[in-house]
Amino acid sequence: MSEAVAALSPWQTAKIIRIEKRTPRVTGFVFKLSRPFVHQAGQHVDVRLTAPDGYQARRSYSIASAPESGGTIELAIERLDDGEVSPFFHEVAVVGDEIELRGPLGGHFVWSDSDGGPLLLVGGGSGVVPLMAMVRHRVARKSSVPVALVFSARVWDEVIFRDELIGLDNRRDGFDLVLTLTREAARRPEDYSRRIDAQMMMQSMARLPEPPRLAFVCGSNAFVSAAAQALIDADVPPGLIRTERYGV
Amino acid sequence: MVTRGFSSGRRPPTDTDARIPPGQYLEQGFPVLSAGPTPRVRTEDWSFTLKHGPRPIKKWNWAEFNALPLTRMTRDIHCVTAWTKFDTAWQGVLIDDILADAGIEPPTAFTLAHSFDSYATNVPVKDLVAGKAMVALLYEGKPISPDHGGPARLLVPHLYFWKSAKWLNGLQFTERDEPGFWELRGYHIYGDPWREQRYSGDP
Repeated sequence: MSEAVAALSPWQTAKIIRIEKRTPRVTGFVFKLSRPFVHQAGQHVDVRLTAPDGYQARRSYSIASAPESGGTIELAIERLDDGEVSPFFHEVAVVGDEIELRGPLGGHFVWSDSDGGPLLLVGGGSGVVPLMAMVRHRVARKSSVPVALVFSARVWDEVIFRDELIGLDNRRDGFDLVLTLTREAARRPEDYSRRIDAQMMMQSMARLPEPPRLAFVCGSNAFVSAAAQALIDADVPPGLIRTERYGV
Repeated sequence: MVTRGFSSGRRPPTDTDARIPPGQYLEQGFPVLSAGPTPRVRTEDWSFTLKHGPRPIKKWNWAEFNALPLTRMTRDIHCVTAWTKFDTAWQGVLIDDILADAGIEPPTAFTLAHSFDSYATNVPVKDLVAGKAMVALLYEGKPISPDHGGPARLLVPHLYFWKSAKWLNGLQFTERDEPGFWELRGYHIYGDPWREQRYSGDP
């Protein structure tokens, strides 16, 4: 019995097949799974590194790729200078390396096109990663669910997946991208240059044909607290807001 | 499987290793995790209800609850997201003292802890009594901030910290071990960090 359940998400080896620098501090790693799984957009994996003396370090990373990406997953890993696992990825890991991971994990911060919408996504920094999986899932499913993504970054060059997101925004097919830069002037007419607030949430929701059915907020704790409060102040019922917080 | 190029050079000092469960790392900060927005619960609106199934046994308001005996607990805590924090200092009311004030013995072997934001988590009675758990009211001598579960949170430090429900408003005895919010979403029914019971598949 317990073995059958354990088989849901056993540790497996995964090989790095592609590495893409996303921003100065964030790099995307695409892994080929030895035991392919189909995740739900928004889920994460646990990654485990093992030292020769047996010491193990593990961290959770959200999956950036769509469930439809067939036997591979992308993790976008931010470099944390005092980290233990992220420096390995940024300084050591090369294509062909194998690490251990298990997943997919998490059953609350998830969205599928069959859940419907409209959807409001609010991401800060690397908090955009699980939201990116939802955006990519929408594309892969050719879904018409209206989605607005409000993405806060410090500067233009730290906007993870920037070209891909702007390309999707330009399709005008029901996906709307709103960027807000907290330490630089806005580059596009629809963008902002300040921290997220209730007015920005109301204006972003006005891009949707009707009020959101669900809102997903992901980022640092301070970001999620502020963004969730901004949503509540913009009259989004708290019960519709799902949050995921990174780090301290 | 040894990871090429990964060494244990960043591991915490050896004298603390015995306090860190498998797969955990030592965290100096106090990360915040929750499934939704932080509810702002005013103490004048706060209450705590002890229930057996659907039947209320006793209900306390904030003043009544604070009049119960306060106990200190300084414990290491372990979050399923892999951080461990040493020596967190809490004060609150032991579950034993709540039961004594209600004048009851535990009527069943299982409970669900309930929160103002509709969160729930299951904890067996044996993990709550005999001084093992409390309803915490103070952290490091001060009221617990909303982010960390204030005004009152459950503290069951020997289990993964999702069991220590934030924004607590009740404890319900159940006939069976009924999964709560995260336990219905892939997390372990019991959650012992020393056995690394993170997800439902873990032994």
